[in-house]
Amino acid sequence: MADKKVIKSRYFFEEDFEEQLAEVPAEKVAAWDKKAKLKIVGKGVDRYDAYDKVSGTARYTFDIQLPHMAYAKTLRCPYAHACIKSIDVSQAEKMPGVLAVLTADNAPKIKWYRGTSYLFDRHLRYAGDEVACVAAKSERIAAQALKKIKVEYEVLPFVADAGKAMQPDAPKLYENGNIAGGKPSVYERGNADEGFNRADVVVEETFDTQVVVHNPTEPHCSVVNWDGDKLTVWDSTQSVFGVRNALADSLDIPANHVRVIKKYMGGGFGSKLAAGKYTIMAALLARTIGRPVKISMDREEMNLAVGNRPDSVQKLKFGAKKDGTLLAMSHYSYGAAGAYPSGAGCSWPLRSIYKCPNVRTEEYTVFINAGPGRPFRAPGHVQGTFALEAMIDTMAEKTGMDPLDFRLKNYSEIDPVSGQPYTTKRLREAYEAGAKAIGWENRNKKPGSDSGVIKRGLGMASQIWWGGGGPPTYANLKMNRDGSVEVLCGTQDIGTGTYTILAQVAAEVLELPMDKVSVILGDTAVTPYAHGSGGSVTAPSTTPAVRHAAELMKEKLIGYAAAQMNLPPERIAYRSGELVDRDNPAQKMSVSALMRKVREQVLVTTGMREANPEGYAVNTFGAQFAEVEVHTDTGKIVVKRIVAAHDIGRTLNRKLLENQFEGGIMQGIGFALMEERVIDRNTGKVLTTNLENYKMTLLPDMPEIEVIIVSDADPLLNNTGVKGIGEPAHIPTAAAIANAVYNATGVRFKSLPLTPDKVLQGLYGGVKQG
Amino acid sequence: MITVSLTINKKEYTCEIDPQTTLLELLREHLGLTGTKRGCEIGECGACTVIMDGLTVNSCLVPAFQADGSDITTIEGIASNGKLHPVQEAFLEYDAVHCGFCTPGMVLSAVNLLDNNPQPSQEDIRRALAGNLCRCTGYQQIFDAVQAASKKMKSKR
Repeated sequence: MADKKVIKSRYFFEEDFEEQLAEVPAEKVAAWDKKAKLKIVGKGVDRYDAYDKVSGTARYTFDIQLPHMAYAKTLRCPYAHACIKSIDVSQAEKMPGVLAVLTADNAPKIKWYRGTSYLFDRHLRYAGDEVACVAAKSERIAAQALKKIKVEYEVLPFVADAGKAMQPDAPKLYENGNIAGGKPSVYERGNADEGFNRADVVVEETFDTQVVVHNPTEPHCSVVNWDGDKLTVWDSTQSVFGVRNALADSLDIPANHVRVIKKYMGGGFGSKLAAGKYTIMAALLARTIGRPVKISMDREEMNLAVGNRPDSVQKLKFGAKKDGTLLAMSHYSYGAAGAYPSGAGCSWPLRSIYKCPNVRTEEYTVFINAGPGRPFRAPGHVQGTFALEAMIDTMAEKTGMDPLDFRLKNYSEIDPVSGQPYTTKRLREAYEAGAKAIGWENRNKKPGSDSGVIKRGLGMASQIWWGGGGPPTYANLKMNRDGSVEVLCGTQDIGTGTYTILAQVAAEVLELPMDKVSVILGDTAVTPYAHGSGGSVTAPSTTPAVRHAAELMKEKLIGYAAAQMNLPPERIAYRSGELVDRDNPAQKMSVSALMRKVREQVLVTTGMREANPEGYAVNTFGAQFAEVEVHTDTGKIVVKRIVAAHDIGRTLNRKLLENQFEGGIMQGIGFALMEERVIDRNTGKVLTTNLENYKMTLLPDMPEIEVIIVSDADPLLNNTGVKGIGEPAHIPTAAAIANAVYNATGVRFKSLPLTPDKVLQGLYGGVKQG
Repeated sequence: MITVSLTINKKEYTCEIDPQTTLLELLREHLGLTGTKRGCEIGECGACTVIMDGLTVNSCLVPAFQADGSDITTIEGIASNGKLHPVQEAFLEYDAVHCGFCTPGMVLSAVNLLDNNPQPSQEDIRRALAGNLCRCTGYQQIFDAVQAASKKMKSKR
């Protein structure tokens, strides 16, 4: 089991397939059987870090206070598009308490945004782009100093709408124009036009979705400290290794001079996957002034400058036979990346959920003068699923079929994109379980037929995502002289429960109580490499590596016991924390007794995520069902119930799983009904820069939620049989709600969010009269 | 500089502060009580909720001088003698915690609710916590935990 090999690993992460060399075990640890009787894994054990969090002792990045620490604040461009003609920082520098000011005039030229711009660039492409950064003795002084910086701007024409930015006469953000890559991304299988020609029913519709902002409760922040030429950075990040590499590259210092630590963080949802400019700026300032620096975004900056989910305009055309067989689908879309490179495609769900021989998609990612996009909980899938699932419902209605029957008619047993079989697919079971739980038979057979002012409706939507993870991911396991264990892994717990599930796996294998296991994550100096926490890859990548490390530790203990007991290792078995002579079970020793013989030593093993199975597609699946009330007098939509039925492999911890699902659904309700970044078309400035204008879901908005897991385990995928849940939880919620609103009203709303004004407009062409 | 005297978690403090200092800054930066979180600085997220003279306030909106003479409870003062408050215990048991950043504010809103209204209706709970934003959970576990804590505290009375 100790042997290893290097492979070319390929797995899906957030926006694309990643290819990377990776070390994997030569021989896989046999996966836990679907029926395996596990004692700790699968149980709803308490969250490992819950005590710290409920008691207020959990220290987040922003809570770190270092002696002599300075504070930094950023000056941002007030115009949607401008060039800096000159900057005068002399008045700011003279202010008592101001320590240093960084601008394009004195900062090193550090490439940013995939080389399209600089850390401080004179060409500013959105209202919020970084102009200067001030370090001062207090945050308040730093903020006041920003007002003393005199910048002369040349204001340029701007475009803040993706459709307009695609026009030939639109103001250009880049010399090569506003379309990323200069052309669309096109996918084709079969011949869509031929499919439409043969279809009995053809439907064409256009949908649009809004820009939404991640808005984690903890603002993005870093604390940086130089110790000579060595840099330590505490960062609220989803990727400690990503931040370390960005710092080393930007500052042109060796990677081993940079240590990045993340212990607790207040959410990210994709917005903290990449290093932020602020971290680099703080490191530069700290080096200049010889003091530690803390930098934190305020809520306005959170809504301007640290990412968003691109909007979309999607034109879909579907063709089917009279019996409901899908013959062709085409999808044309464009979406705003914001001012810098980011993906805005959203056709993946359409390409990959249903069996359909003829598909064509054409996606444009467009630059506009607004804050750059970043991956946001299932990039592309949330927008794409909304339009796709509305179209599927429409096709079902046009062919006289039940929406679920239509989906089953076009169910794909293999991945339609690669032609490969799935490791597991339990979508059919999810449909059945969800339909039963919501009472699908009670929906309005004729949409809109519910009488009364408050109309009730049921709707559903399917979900597909990757979420299988893959190598490289490593974990170290240390055993101390008292038999206690430390798990070390370079992943990060972004709130999802990674600490807990890794402790559960180690405790399970070594048959230890949970309190014997501690977990150390997210520290580039001490934890072995694991990828960023995104794409629902964390659980399926890290738990198998920890299990491998724990199995190796068992083997190691057997070797030590054999030497101590003067027996060949084959004679020794590991049973319930004891090393037992197989031939003479009375002869045995406890792990702690054995460990006392190794005295001061710490035993260490390194586990690895095994290779993904070749020739298989790995996906998560699910179906969510929504019950809504549409108040036809006010236009308000109330979500009454959501049933989420999903195939996610093995459940590691039911308590944490429900929490994660409910959170994904909560954000889905926000996307469906209220969240929207609004830009003033006259100035190109964001109007929704606080939480009063940017509406998010609160407790009174929440429906009853039921989570049903239809999968047992996916042993073909990895040794724990686990797939991810973070993104699957969120993907179909908005689509299911929109379909339920259609079922309630008989009116198809094609634009998110479904705000009361849009509902009234759709129902009456305006506010209800009389 | 001005002088402010107040009671925090049953201990008396006297601090010399800049008049612009907020109660949040006083707690976090002057006294190192970092359990109270800063989420928006303009009273919209509830992460900085503390109890001031029996009422929950957003400490980012309270000038520290206004808290002169007042009695403040922060998350650090909720457990007693190393034993968690029933609300904290219920948060742990019901996994009403995700990233944990909103948790201190949530706990204080819940404790204050149960102090003033030991047997809240479902609607009372929804209203009491409506000013605390959580971006991770679906609020359901938080709601369940508050209900459970209320029952537990009732049985102990």
